[in-house]
Amino acid sequence: MRLVYFAWVRERIGVADETVELPAGIATVGDLVAWLKTRGEGYDHAFENPAVVRAAIDRQHVKPDASLIGAREVAFFPPMTGG
Amino acid sequence: MTVRVQTAPFDADAETAALTAGRTDIGAVVSFTGLCRGDDGLVAMTLDCYVEMAEAEIGRLVETARARWPLEGVTVIHRHGRLLPGDPIVLVAVASRHRRAAFAAAEFLMDYLKTRAPFWKQEERAGGTAWVEATAADDAAAARWAPER
Repeated sequence: MRLVYFAWVRERIGVADETVELPAGIATVGDLVAWLKTRGEGYDHAFENPAVVRAAIDRQHVKPDASLIGAREVAFFPPMTGG
Repeated sequence: MTVRVQTAPFDADAETAALTAGRTDIGAVVSFTGLCRGDDGLVAMTLDCYVEMAEAEIGRLVETARARWPLEGVTVIHRHGRLLPGDPIVLVAVASRHRRAAFAAAEFLMDYLKTRAPFWKQEERAGGTAWVEATAADDAAAARWAPER
């Protein structure tokens, strides 16, 4: 699965994108966040307040309880400030 | 319907004129241009963007607007990259037979662009850079259009 990060989520994690093999038992976006938090200081910092970080699966906004089944690209980013 | 996400500048007048070129059935065009404002010693603003999703998400917002109001044409252009004070950032132009639909759809699109299109502003000042925080006011502006979302 490809993961992509934007804005301060990317800065804290230290990479713009990566490809990961998910361990068994990771079914939702929320599960993925919990697992990512264990992968190092940068991840822990990026997700220190998981409620703030937004997610998208295959370029559509999703909630933390969204299923990862069939997901190819999952994105994490702060609340948007465009316009 | 035109949706573009780009680093290059845009010509708001030309884009608006293109919406009505050769048409005699359009009675109203509303266009909004968002500019980079040079508050408090701002040197530049860099917009980070998830380009592939931005185009898809703006396209979905345009489809939602078209389902809600009778629109004859919509153009949305959003820039990313490093912009200077005074530079145009975003254009929303909407054409319809009557003014109410054009006014409403343009405002709807801007409100939702701010809260749903994947762009992030980073301000650059003499002392360094800082990410702009999302505001509750922007969330409230988008929420006015509920129950659409």
